[in-house]
Amino acid sequence: MTPRLQRWRQSLKAGWKLLTQNRMGLVGVIMLGSVIGMAVFAPWIAPYDPNETSMVTIDDIYAEPSREHIMGTDDGGKDVFSSFVYGARVSLVVGFTAAMISMIIGGTIGLTAGFLGGRIGNFLMRLTDIFLVIPDLPLMIVIVAILGPSLWNIILVIGFLGWTGTARIVRAQSLSVKERQFVTRARAIGAGNFYILRRHIFPLVLPLMVTNTVLVISLSILDESTLSFLGLGDPTTLSWGGMINYAFTRGAISAGAWWAIVAPGLGIVWVVLACTLVGNALEEVFNPRLKTHHLQGESKMIPHRGLAEPVVTDDHVVA
Amino acid sequence: MLLPEPPLLEVRRLSTNFETEEGTFKAVEDLSFELQTGESLGLVGESGCGKTTAMLSLLRLLPAAGRIVSGEIRLAGQNLLELDEAQMRQVRWRQISMVFQGAMNAFNPVRTIGHQIGEALVLHAMAPSLDAARPRVIELLEMVGIPGSRETLYPHQCSGGMRQRAMIAMALACGPQLIIADEPTTALDVMIQAQILELLEGLQANLGLSIIFVTHDLSIVAEVCHRVLVMYGGVLAEYCDVDTIFNNARHPYTRRLLAAFPDLSRPTGRLISIPGHPPRLNDLPPGCRFAARCPLAFEPCFAEQPSPRLLEAGHWISCHLDRGEVA
Repeated sequence: MTPRLQRWRQSLKAGWKLLTQNRMGLVGVIMLGSVIGMAVFAPWIAPYDPNETSMVTIDDIYAEPSREHIMGTDDGGKDVFSSFVYGARVSLVVGFTAAMISMIIGGTIGLTAGFLGGRIGNFLMRLTDIFLVIPDLPLMIVIVAILGPSLWNIILVIGFLGWTGTARIVRAQSLSVKERQFVTRARAIGAGNFYILRRHIFPLVLPLMVTNTVLVISLSILDESTLSFLGLGDPTTLSWGGMINYAFTRGAISAGAWWAIVAPGLGIVWVVLACTLVGNALEEVFNPRLKTHHLQGESKMIPHRGLAEPVVTDDHVVA
Repeated sequence: MLLPEPPLLEVRRLSTNFETEEGTFKAVEDLSFELQTGESLGLVGESGCGKTTAMLSLLRLLPAAGRIVSGEIRLAGQNLLELDEAQMRQVRWRQISMVFQGAMNAFNPVRTIGHQIGEALVLHAMAPSLDAARPRVIELLEMVGIPGSRETLYPHQCSGGMRQRAMIAMALACGPQLIIADEPTTALDVMIQAQILELLEGLQANLGLSIIFVTHDLSIVAEVCHRVLVMYGGVLAEYCDVDTIFNNARHPYTRRLLAAFPDLSRPTGRLISIPGHPPRLNDLPPGCRFAARCPLAFEPCFAEQPSPRLLEAGHWISCHLDRGEVA
């Protein structure tokens, strides 16, 4: 067990190094890490508890940023920064969980369709096509409106509608992997379908899935923000989208309270950008050919200076 | 009383087709041969003449469009075509294993060679887990001349020769009686070729293996095989022992093939080739498949397909020409 664990750690380390060597990837990791840190340590970071009831005077409503409220206050006189910090929790939880659901559904359908092919594969891909052409947003609105706006409903709706891209990518990859000779060899060794899928095809599809997951996370966060902005968010928890919704519908703009909108808005942009950067960097880690190929740039094999000078070996002079 | 030992492998009138949208491709037709324990057979022919298809038929591992339409394949008396899929899985690798063409592609690039050799052991319940299979994997690697500590290498970290050795180690994992070596030395340089062939010969002698060498390199055949089967366009052209093929070949195709082999004593001589193309397997001529390229073809060759006949003891040939006319 130990050597295998060691190897795992080694390859993780190497992957991490590659990821962070990529400057944009490093920026993305830091950006995403900061938000995750903020969400995890919210009670220690936020100066106020956003769920606490407090006495408010008229001056507290949409108060400008000040020493007590570094991002000002919202329509209820609550500290925007505290809501922002706690709101990261909702956005991230929805984003990650919904993306996981998408990955599991899309991965399973893509792998099955690609590996089995034939009638089953065709059926699954037509199903994917149907989900692909349905306009997501109206359907999400309808479903959430019918089921009621709870956090879990939102997660499930986003997860169950967001898997189509993953399914297509995974299918394409498993189609190409299954034709490779080591699959025939595995069959010759006496392996069954499930074994081949698990041991030989999945590991080669996984990198693609991981890269895709990161991008699906950002899409899910965007979807959640959209739904919340439209007033379909969970009323008991305040997400970034919800914050914008409240500020927008309760006169923040006419009151000139830009801070109530800018903070959560930038938060969304921040996370989506971070996910995109990490996703792109992961893609380069898993597929180094994206970055360099043999026709690109100058060869690192030839020393620049050595060319003009004759190379002297023991008894020959090679021009 | 001395009875001749029954052959280990007996293939009788095997025919394999590929059903595609462009029609039926008769990749292998009416192929018969047999193999004794400890014997090695060379399967020779041009690219696309059905060598690999015939071998994949033995393992019943044809691509989706492939169908074995008739014939029987008897391994130690058991007809493999009558087994169900689960039984067939037991035959694969335990009784027949295969060294694949191009070892690089036959290894999964993201798993170590040790794991992939161990896989065979685990799948055939010879080891409970990959970790438990390690000692045996190391033993197998040493058997083919790779230090056991190298089992943690990934395929891309190995040289071509090492990969081929590892592939052979994998083929030996479950102690098969028959190994199919599909072009085991293609893409290796001559030195490594010689080493690999030597290794296979040594293993054959030590373990009493039967080996089928699929190749288009007649020098390999001359070096390691006892008997030779020459295929042309999916059918048996000539089947005899190795001395006969080099000294007394009868089929015009075999003779041309031998003539095409460059002569070392005349390095400046022109290279001889066989003019024309192999037949298209979905649009076969009515007669002999080689007739269009055969310089000796006469009327019946274009009308009727010759079936394999016994010329003399152990010498089969599919040709209309009589002995005298071939000379």
